[in-house]
Amino acid sequence: MTSNFIILPLLLHMATAIVLMFLWKRITAQRIISVISNIVILIVGILLFMQTWKTGIITMQAGNWPAPFGITFVADVFSSTMVLFTSISALAVSIYSTVGINRARMKYGYFPIFHFLFMGLNGAFLTGDVFNLYVWFEIVIISSFVLMTLGGKKPQMESAIKYVAMNMLASVIFLTAIAILYGLTGSLNMADLSIKIAQIENRGLVNITGLLFFIGFGIKSAVFPLYYWLPSSYHTPPSAIAAIFGGLLTKVGIYALFRFFTLIFIPNEFITTAFSLIAVATLITGALGSIIKRDMRRMFSYLIVCHIGFMIAGLGLFTEVALAGALFYLFHDIIVKTNLFLVSGIIYRIKGTMNMPKLGGLYAEYPKLSLIMAIVFFSLVGIPPLSGFWPKINLFQAGFFGGNYLLIVAMIIASFVTLYVIAKMWTEAFWKTAPPLDPDEKAYIDGFTVLRPFSKLLLVFPVVMLMMVSLYIGFGAENIMVISKHIAAQMMDTSPYIKAVLGNEALNIQ
Amino acid sequence: MKIILLKTAANYLLPLLLLFSVFILLRGHYEPGGGFVGGLIASIAFILHSLANGLDSTKALLKYSPFYFIPFGLSIAILSGLAPLFVGEPFMTVLWFENPLPVIGLIGSALFFDIGVYLVVIGVTLTILFTISESV
Repeated sequence: MTSNFIILPLLLHMATAIVLMFLWKRITAQRIISVISNIVILIVGILLFMQTWKTGIITMQAGNWPAPFGITFVADVFSSTMVLFTSISALAVSIYSTVGINRARMKYGYFPIFHFLFMGLNGAFLTGDVFNLYVWFEIVIISSFVLMTLGGKKPQMESAIKYVAMNMLASVIFLTAIAILYGLTGSLNMADLSIKIAQIENRGLVNITGLLFFIGFGIKSAVFPLYYWLPSSYHTPPSAIAAIFGGLLTKVGIYALFRFFTLIFIPNEFITTAFSLIAVATLITGALGSIIKRDMRRMFSYLIVCHIGFMIAGLGLFTEVALAGALFYLFHDIIVKTNLFLVSGIIYRIKGTMNMPKLGGLYAEYPKLSLIMAIVFFSLVGIPPLSGFWPKINLFQAGFFGGNYLLIVAMIIASFVTLYVIAKMWTEAFWKTAPPLDPDEKAYIDGFTVLRPFSKLLLVFPVVMLMMVSLYIGFGAENIMVISKHIAAQMMDTSPYIKAVLGNEALNIQ
Repeated sequence: MKIILLKTAANYLLPLLLLFSVFILLRGHYEPGGGFVGGLIASIAFILHSLANGLDSTKALLKYSPFYFIPFGLSIAILSGLAPLFVGEPFMTVLWFENPLPVIGLIGSALFFDIGVYLVVIGVTLTILFTISESV
């Protein structure tokens, strides 16, 4: 089915960004418009999801150039679910930003760039063309460079250099891989590539090209051994920006990996083994890294790396059950990681530090807020029946079924370490009494209490909203699992996707 | 700087370069040219003017801050992409006018996209260069 509707999540973000640029220094107007537009886009996201769920894959040939020659936009359930979860995060972060981002940053274009970034994300999820995917990736990373350096503090610059260097490298590798792919097949349309790659005799070359893509996306989604830039750069920008990065930027790499390795490069045993080993290494190193960090946000950054391992594990196991688990984990992770960084932002505002030994007494001072935060942390750890628990069942099941015990051990270790570090953080930051100040240190004035009630609400509401979504993912796990299984089934049988893009004849000719 | 040669030349070059940039812009559909190159040439015209006459006089000449060229150009580009939706075609489909215009020739909605690009390029280049020369 063809419909122009699928371009709306992108266009609305772009239109909002343009309007916000006209209102460059008028930050009050910017805040209101940004939140309203995010609400509208969330509604569009819900409608798009319902439409793909009911009627199947929607396509649009941009410029009316027929596939595989033009750029095709494709919304299957996977894409539209990603757009939906992205829009939920976008709304939460945009509400949080109205108070959580300082005025100087807003005056230098925080909100327009925010919308350009989300335009890029939605574009990456909806495109059906490899080169177009590259362009959306570029839009995302260029916007993220601006967000990362906005404010121009010295530590920000330091981390931005690492971030820019690694992401540029990833883009170059990605682009090289596209060039090779085009040389091999003469096509850039994903559905067309899916047919053409399967026909190539020289499987060695195909595998190498696949691995080049894996390295490109791997740097962006922070898998072992390419993740070192992430923990050393995600702790410097303000929490709202870190929330976008932590919740979504690594996940778009994961999305691309799932798309490529289920549609274009169907993994053989060599590649699945490689994925499994990389998943094991990512899980273990990420977990170990999170143990030693005393800065809360650095610890969360390592947890991002660690949990990326669960998703790669799904690709490594490569069965329908495992993919469904990994997808479920992906959806859960988008919401919970975004929320985690928003929570860390509130803690920073209250205490003025992220250093866990210096924190303390949060539970005594803010019991209700702490309770909300506790639910977020428990969802992350995956205490049943909260959201992190359900996908792991699937992954373990697939692991036992395939006899991949190394991966199971790694996943168990990663889960326990997550539990351990979160418990440690909870006792340090929430339960213990705050340590006495050094005599020469100036007392920090609680930046949260002094806020007006409405501002407080704007900071807490997004956390509560995302927490509710997390709770829904946990308690309504059945529904999310149905969606994940549906997507996993679509991944194992790509013919509906190819038919939707290229027409019914495409598969019969072969 | 008080170089009379440059000043005189710049005053004549400004309209010439602008005209040339429009020519390049219009030429762009089937032949080399287009909004991006045209925009660069137009910004060269303004930069040359600012080198000869000083930044303030160029700003006075432009009337609006070059920054606002960016959202303006973007909106023209996005509208040219949206136009086909009203006749039921997919996003970004080129709609052609039925009769060719005198001098310019046959034009379509792609031209408006190029005009958008042209304005964005002028806006971005001038914003960057003005900011740099202000901070020096």
